Amino acid sequence: MPAQTITRADLCEAVYQKVGLSRTESAALVELVLKEITDCLERGETVKLSSFGSFVIRKKGERIGRNPKTGKEVPISPRRVMVFKPSAILKQRINSAEGHSGDQS
Amino acid sequence: MIKSELVQHIATQNPHLYQRDVENIVNAILNEIVAALARGDRVELRGFGAFSVKHRPARTGRNPRTGAHVSVEKKSVPFFKTGKEMRERLNKDSPG
Repeated sequence: MPAQTITRADLCEAVYQKVGLSRTESAALVELVLKEITDCLERGETVKLSSFGSFVIRKKGERIGRNPKTGKEVPISPRRVMVFKPSAILKQRINSAEGHSGDQS
Repeated sequence: MIKSELVQHIATQNPHLYQRDVENIVNAILNEIVAALARGDRVELRGFGAFSVKHRPARTGRNPRTGAHVSVEKKSVPFFKTGKEMRERLNKDSPG
């Protein structure tokens, strides 16, 4: 069984099925949830979602990188990156389900 | 921000919904992502990022304190890759 890709549409469908809202409103709420999380991260705040995981912003200082094709050294500007730390529960869920599906790697 | 604060923010913007409904919505979204990853599926949210599962093969590890060999079973770990738009939004003021 090939791995499937879940998108916004599937999340909207899940919300639609579980909560008595219209499809349009379900879609708007999925969007709003993502927007709230994004806005928070943009301010540099951590977002902790219990039993799921947390999104953390890390600041990276300037460093020297190398263009792998030309071998030329280029400075990499300081930047902010977002890291997802999965909760123990999420990690456990992923491993307990792995028994049934034969993984290829 | 924690989950209850997220629920509260959304509830204030949608006064026609009960806080309990908003809680159900947030949980439905998160549960759907978890269920997909548990099946080994990928979750791609354009502009935000993508969740996937990476498989780590079994290996022989070492107890760093005693140096004893221990076998580590194969396992799968959740992985998140930040979306392009998100990356850009986090670094708006300093281009690059």
